[in-house]
Amino acid sequence: MAELLSPEIKACIGQASPSIHVEVTRRDLRKYAVSTGQKAKKYLDGDVAPPLFHFGYAMEILPVDELRKDGIAEDKLIPELPLKRLMAGSSDTVYHRPIHAGDKLVVTRKLKDLYEKEGRTGPLIFVVTEVVVETEAGEPVLNETTSLIAR
Amino acid sequence: MLNFDTIKVGDALPSREHTANIVQLFMYNAAIWNPHRIHFDHAYATEEEGYPGIVLDGPLQGDWIGQVVTDWIGDDATLVSFGYTNRRAAMLGETMTAGGKVEEKNEQTREVKVSLYLQNGEGEVTIPGHAVVRFA
Repeated sequence: MAELLSPEIKACIGQASPSIHVEVTRRDLRKYAVSTGQKAKKYLDGDVAPPLFHFGYAMEILPVDELRKDGIAEDKLIPELPLKRLMAGSSDTVYHRPIHAGDKLVVTRKLKDLYEKEGRTGPLIFVVTEVVVETEAGEPVLNETTSLIAR
Repeated sequence: MLNFDTIKVGDALPSREHTANIVQLFMYNAAIWNPHRIHFDHAYATEEEGYPGIVLDGPLQGDWIGQVVTDWIGDDATLVSFGYTNRRAAMLGETMTAGGKVEEKNEQTREVKVSLYLQNGEGEVTIPGHAVVRFA
């Protein structure tokens, strides 16, 4: 199999995106709970975050004219890959403590790994990232490992 | 009240149907700040990206299987870990069924491992998942 990932691309493994600082509001928690159809009162009242609430906190907030035609912001954490079609893969999160309104959190994304595999329909590149959420005081909140697949 | 001692491997978790409408999908993408046009622009999703309709976000479907666990445990256990895989796309208007079952039970750690699924009307699993919960 031809090597798709050049040494220059592989050298990006280990890099991190600038940390995003967020203050969790009850209003944000309530919006997320309503829009995902939660039934539990503690979520609908915004007392505590549902398990995937943090997903939106890894989204950068950029000026409209910096978005691509498809609406997405270019992901600066992931180097330009020789395969262009990106598909959502998987997400695995380990929880250390719940997220509450009033928490001040720091969200950091890291590029953990890039590797290639021969799929049924051709070569695939796996992009593995880690999202680390901790409090401003450094207390661990959660670690999420995600994989994206380029083909 | 969910009791660790009465949980058995093979127990089914209560299932629930979800049918997102365009307003719910709009609110979800606004809440997570996701401007990807395949989730709200029908012409773009079908003509430019070749989807049969407006696409449901993978993490929204992931949340739906997460709710199977959090609604099951209530405040009787804590969520230790949760994961899901995007296996196939689902479109706006589809009715999706979320469910799961108990796979393993550890008497020493008082942890229970469950498998989770979200399936479409044809019975195809679009999002499989798994979670571990711990009882006090």
